[in-house]
Amino acid sequence: MAEEEKTLRDVPIGATVRVRGLAGEGAVRRRIMDMGLTKGTSVTVRKVAPLGDPIEVTVRGFELSLRKDEAKNVLVS
Amino acid sequence: MGINIALAGNPNSGKTTLFNDLTGANQYTGNWPGVTVEKKAGKYKRDKAVEITDLPGVYSLSPYSPEEVVTRDFLTSGEADVVINIVDGTNLERNLYLTTQILDTDVPVVVALNMMDIVSKRGDQIDVAKLSEELGCPVVEISALKGTGIDELVDRARATAEQGRIPASEPCYAAFFEEDEEDPESAEANARYDFIAQVCEGCVKRTEAAMTTTQKIDKVVTNRVLGIPIFIAIMFVVYYFAVSLGGGIVTDWANDGISGDGWLYTGGAAYEEAVGEWEEAVAAAEEAEVSEAQLKTLAEEEPDPSSGEYGLWIPGLSPVVTEALESVDAAPWVISLVVDGIIAGVGAVIGFIPQLIILFLFLGFLEGCGYMARVAFIMDRVFRRFGLSGKSFIPMLIASGCGVPAVMATKTIENEKDRRMTIMTTTMIPCGAKLPIIALVFGALAGGDYESTWWVAPLFYFLGLAAIIVSCIMLKKLRAFAGDAAPFIMELPQYHLPTVKSVLLSMWERVKSYVVKAGTIIFLSTIVIWFLMNFGVHEGQFGLLDAEMEGYLNYSLMAGLGNALAWLFVPLGFGNWESTVTSITGLVAKENVVATVGILTQLGEVGETDPSLWEGFGLMLGGSSVAIMAFCAFNLLCAPCFAAIGTIRRQMASAKWTWAAIGYMCAFGWCTGLMIYQIGGLATGDVTFNFWTVVAFAVLAFMLFQLFRPMSRRNEGQNASAQGKLNAEGAR
Repeated sequence: MAEEEKTLRDVPIGATVRVRGLAGEGAVRRRIMDMGLTKGTSVTVRKVAPLGDPIEVTVRGFELSLRKDEAKNVLVS
Repeated sequence: MGINIALAGNPNSGKTTLFNDLTGANQYTGNWPGVTVEKKAGKYKRDKAVEITDLPGVYSLSPYSPEEVVTRDFLTSGEADVVINIVDGTNLERNLYLTTQILDTDVPVVVALNMMDIVSKRGDQIDVAKLSEELGCPVVEISALKGTGIDELVDRARATAEQGRIPASEPCYAAFFEEDEEDPESAEANARYDFIAQVCEGCVKRTEAAMTTTQKIDKVVTNRVLGIPIFIAIMFVVYYFAVSLGGGIVTDWANDGISGDGWLYTGGAAYEEAVGEWEEAVAAAEEAEVSEAQLKTLAEEEPDPSSGEYGLWIPGLSPVVTEALESVDAAPWVISLVVDGIIAGVGAVIGFIPQLIILFLFLGFLEGCGYMARVAFIMDRVFRRFGLSGKSFIPMLIASGCGVPAVMATKTIENEKDRRMTIMTTTMIPCGAKLPIIALVFGALAGGDYESTWWVAPLFYFLGLAAIIVSCIMLKKLRAFAGDAAPFIMELPQYHLPTVKSVLLSMWERVKSYVVKAGTIIFLSTIVIWFLMNFGVHEGQFGLLDAEMEGYLNYSLMAGLGNALAWLFVPLGFGNWESTVTSITGLVAKENVVATVGILTQLGEVGETDPSLWEGFGLMLGGSSVAIMAFCAFNLLCAPCFAAIGTIRRQMASAKWTWAAIGYMCAFGWCTGLMIYQIGGLATGDVTFNFWTVVAFAVLAFMLFQLFRPMSRRNEGQNASAQGKLNAEGAR
C-alpha cells in the first residue's frame, strides 16, 4: 500500500511537508509517534548525513534523526 | 516525614543535573533487578529523610524498550510518593508528551519546568500558572544548571505527596480522540499531541527565530563534506590525550612511580641521554669482543636514575615495602606475596586510572555538549551493516590503545544488544600491550628482516578488524542478537556547554565503578596467578619457589596447569606446556607473554626485539612458522587480560553475559588458530592431512555459511513473539 504513496524518504532537503499517517508496525511505528511525528504535524527535512543515511528533520521545534528505512514509514502529503 | 521522590523526564532535559543538585555526592548507582538499566538513587542533601530515585531518561512510557518498562513499572508500583517530571522549556511540546503519560498513572506529579533562562533569552514566554491549570498539576520554574528554584521544587513535591492525588475521571486529552482513527495506539498518540498543541498555543508566546544556534553549529559539524573530517579531528584529539598521553606517560608513571621501582621526576632528559651514551658504549664493546670481565664492569656503569645525579627520584612502593619487610625479617613468601602479588595487583588496577580519568573527561564533555548524538548520526551508515550502532566506533578506536577504557566507553551506547555485541568484539583489536607479541612473532618469523616481513603487523591489525566484522555478522544471526537493527529515531539535542561539575561527576562515577567492580576481579586474579607461578613442588617439598633459580617455573603449579591444558592446543600446533603457560600469563597482562617466553627460554629479561628471544620462541613452538602465526592469532583474539575481563563483567552487569563473551572470544581465537595452522600448514607442508584438518575445513565452512546465509525467518518470528510478550507485560 505504501509503495506508491509519498513518504518522508522522498522529500527533498529543505522542503516542509505534513504527515498524513504512519505505515509499519511495532516498536518503530510507536517510536515515530512518540517522537511527535503524528498525523497533521509539519516536518522540515534538514539534511542527509555525510554517508547518505540517516536524514535529519525538524519536527515540533527540535531536531530528529531517522534512517531512510524508517522515514519510508511516514506517509506525507 | 520520609518520602520517596522519583525523577522522570526526557533524555537531555537536565534530569541528571537536577539529580546531582538534589543529592550532592550522596548517591549510589546499581542496576534494576533483572535488567541492565542503570539505577541511581540518593538522599536529598538538605533532608536525609527524602529519598530520590533517578529514573532512566525516556520519551514515552511505551512498552518497547527496557528503560521505558522500568520507568513504567516503577511509577505504577507505588514505590514513589511523588514524581518530579522534569520538562525542557525550550522543547515543550515533545516533553509534555511524557507528562501526559505520567499523569495517566495514579502518582502525584509536580512538573519542573527547566531551562527557563534559555527560554527567556530567546525572547519566549511561558505562562506557568496557565500551564499548571491546563495540566492539572503544580508547575515550578527551575534552572538545574544554575541551581535556582530547587528548594521550592522539593517543598512543592513534599506538599503534593502529602495531599495525594485524586485521579481525574478521564485523561486530560480525552476530548481529542478522533472517531475515524484506524488503530487505538495512534489514536491515543494523536490525541495527546493535539491536546499538547492546544495547551502550548494558550501558554507559550514564541518569537520566531530564523535559525537556532544549534542549527547553525550543525550546519558545519554534520555537514556533508566537513562532517567526517571534523569527526576524525575530534577523535584524534581524544585518542591522542587518552591513549598516547594518558596511556603512555601518565600510566607509565602510575606503574613505575607508584607500584614499580620509582620515578625520576626531574632531569629525565639528562638521564635519557646518559642511558643512550651507555648503550652505545656497551654495543661498541660487544662489537670489539672485549672480555667478560670488561663487559661486567661496563654493566655496572649503567646510569642509575635513583643516584640523585639527574634529578628528583622518588622510589615506588615495591622497593620501599621490600626493604621495610626485610628489615623486620618477614618470611620470603610474605615479601613475595606483598610485593609481587598485592602491590602488583593493586598496581594493575591503578595503572589504568589516569587514562580512564582523561578518557571520561573527554567523553563526558562530548556527551554533555550533545556531540555524541552527532557521532551516531555520522557513523551510523558504516556500522549498521555489521549490526552495530554508530557509537560503536569510539570503543573500537580506543581499543587499539587499551581494552579497559574501550569497554568502559561502550557505556554511551544505549541499545543493549548493540552494547553487548560491541563489548564482546571490541577487545579483538590489538591493543598496545599486544604489540610486543606481534613484534615477537615478527622477529621469530623472519629474524626481524623488515623488508620481507613488513606485512606482519598490519596483517594482525587486519585480522582484528576482520574478526570483529565476521563476529558481528555471525552473532547478529543468533537468537540473542537477532531482530531488526534498533530503531535509529533519535533526537539530536541542542548544543550547550556542560558544567564543569557535571563532567567531573560523570567521570568520577565511571572511574569509581571501574575501581570497585573491575578492580576486585583484577586484584584477585593477579594474586591467584602469582600463587600458581611462585608455588610448586621442588625436591619433594611444596613451597615458595626461588625466582632466582634457573627454570623455576618448571616446578610451579602453573607448569602443572599448563600440562593439564596443553592437549587443547595440539591441533593448533603449540601443544606443549610452555606455550600454554605463556597464553595463561597473557591473561594477567598481554605484555607478560613476552616476559614469560623470556623466563621459559631461560633468557631472562630480554626484550621482544632481541634476536636470541626470537630464536628461543621459535624453538618453543617447534620452529614451525604456521604454528607461530596460530599462536599469535590465538593470543590476540582469545580472552583479553584480567583487567579487561573485569571491566567486561562490570559493563555486562551479568555473569552469564560475561562468560558468554569470554567463551565466544576463546572459541573464536581457537578456531582461527586451528584454521591458520591446519589449512595454512597443509599449504606449506608443515602438517599432513589429519582429523583436525577436516575439523578446520568444517569450521571454515560453518563460518562461511553463517556469514552468507540470510537472516532466518524463524528468528524474526521469535522476535515478534518476544515483542508481544513484552507488550503484554507492559500493559499489565
